[in-house]
Amino acid sequence: MALLSFERKYRVRGGTLVGGDLFDFWFGPFYVGFFGVTTIFFAVLGTALIFWGAALGPTWNPWLISIAPPDIKYGLALAPLAEGGLWQIITICAIGAFGSWALREVEICRKLGIGYHVPIAFGVAIFAYVTLVVIRPFLLGAWGHGFPYGIFSHLDWVSNVGYQFLHFHYNPAHMLAVTFFFTTCLLLSLHGAVVLSSVNPARGETIKTPEHEDTYVRDTIGYSVGTLGIHRLGLFVALNAGFWSAVCIVISGPFWTRGWPEWWNWWLDLPVW
Amino acid sequence: MKNIAIVAALLPFGALLVIAFFFTVGWERPPIDVQQVGYRGTGMEEPNNPREQAKLVALNQIPPEIYPLDSPADLASAPKAREIYENVQVLGGLPEPQFTRLMAAITEWVAPEEGCGYCHNLDNLADDSLYTKTVSRRMIQMTWNINTDWQDHVKETGVTCYTCHRGNPVPENIWFKDKPQRFASAGMLGWNDGQNRPSEKSAYTSLPVTAFEAYLVGDAPIRVQATAALPTTEGGSTIRQTEETYGLMMHMSDGLGVGCTYCHNTQAFGSWELSPPPRQTAWHGIRMVQDLNGSYLLPLTDTFPPERLGPTGDVAKANCATCHQGVFKPLYGASMLDQYPSLSGAP
Repeated sequence: MALLSFERKYRVRGGTLVGGDLFDFWFGPFYVGFFGVTTIFFAVLGTALIFWGAALGPTWNPWLISIAPPDIKYGLALAPLAEGGLWQIITICAIGAFGSWALREVEICRKLGIGYHVPIAFGVAIFAYVTLVVIRPFLLGAWGHGFPYGIFSHLDWVSNVGYQFLHFHYNPAHMLAVTFFFTTCLLLSLHGAVVLSSVNPARGETIKTPEHEDTYVRDTIGYSVGTLGIHRLGLFVALNAGFWSAVCIVISGPFWTRGWPEWWNWWLDLPVW
Repeated sequence: MKNIAIVAALLPFGALLVIAFFFTVGWERPPIDVQQVGYRGTGMEEPNNPREQAKLVALNQIPPEIYPLDSPADLASAPKAREIYENVQVLGGLPEPQFTRLMAAITEWVAPEEGCGYCHNLDNLADDSLYTKTVSRRMIQMTWNINTDWQDHVKETGVTCYTCHRGNPVPENIWFKDKPQRFASAGMLGWNDGQNRPSEKSAYTSLPVTAFEAYLVGDAPIRVQATAALPTTEGGSTIRQTEETYGLMMHMSDGLGVGCTYCHNTQAFGSWELSPPPRQTAWHGIRMVQDLNGSYLLPLTDTFPPERLGPTGDVAKANCATCHQGVFKPLYGASMLDQYPSLSGAP
């Protein structure tokens, strides 16, 4: 069932990256494509392995299930399945599923004749994940530096890794990432508020146009980036949030081993004081 | 257009910041040595730069033995120091050859350039007129105290004068109380409550630099973590107490060259079950430093001349870095007591 009158446009042939017409069909409302098949394969296999890992573990409490990476002693080699090998295969499945999904998005963009904004944006999120479980462990020389797959356990990992560097709030890239995350939320809330106010006017009034929104924002903060611009700006701050998150963790360890507060000594050492 | 001009004017500053970020000093590079100190995947790890470690290892070697100690049989038959020299109040029970050897070693460890005259009146070695002699006498007793009563912290490794002095008459890592600092403005605005200024004492964080007074001279409780999910008034701690505690912990990390996870699983800082074993050693270490400051260093305040005292007239005191000097075990755990058994306890 088409939700929008123009949705039919989505069902156009071609635009596939691989496989030609072989997987170029729809399953109910869903486009399949070669990368839809690989997504299903990796997602099902990875999820099944998580259940296997949970079965090997001490609990079925969903908060506490954890698939931990191998000990550091295994370095960049494969580990026994029950001692982190599962984590390694699940990581491959996750990257396979995320990457497949991004490529499926690319195919859909090509079908619709639109830009690649959505797969690129998702690609930044995948990049942040790959930084955590591949790039940084590789730079540190052991898969054991990846984070565990568990609801509570990954939070413990985040906390402990942060405290390895005494005070992670002093990590300059973390500062940027946090600022971009907050700015993303602030912009989204401002944008959402002004749009919702415009299209939900008081009883008896007509809905307002984008010009009204622009005028309101100019009156309030002196400048309106505009209806198209706000989405570009939103994309910019959101992607920067993910990008600097990846930077802040990849520099912690491979490129800085001491406390982050100490990093700022370059400021104290400036010759101007 | 005006807005574009503002953005254009700000861009170079942004670019400068990003460039500055990558070109600031001190960045390191792989390969990095990481020690796993907890269950896999918990982030309980201790990262170290092997190139910086190599430099630290070179700096933290025990000095060559000054000359071999006489055989036990020779020492047993030798006269005691107090039988040969006058006014040997603390080391009088040592056999004379061992006593002379220790004096020579202390000169190498503490005053290699100044020589015997740093502590002794060279015309009359028995004379007590130099304050340094009174201080070193007390320091020898302090060393004995550490090596006998604080084995919970120093184990069999123990300490010698060299652990802290490293060839300096005054150990490099000592601390004084800071002068209360005020900004130019008067009243509450000018009062920074001993925090928000960079100091080695709190490892360059904004945390209070008054932690040493509270926990290494005083024995304020360091239990600030809540045991309940929501804030409670009962047994609770103020933000100030909490930050002061963290200030002390920053110093401990900095002084030992380790991260918080060396001693704590941050899932629950206070839980002994989750903590790696070094936390127990550190717990005794805090009590040891309280004892050293309270029983040995503070009572020497009047012995020191004014120029050796701090800006508020207090005596030089010890903290973790005094012995550790940036290393998790002073001198990487090498013991000098087998070479200088006279320092392991009162004869």
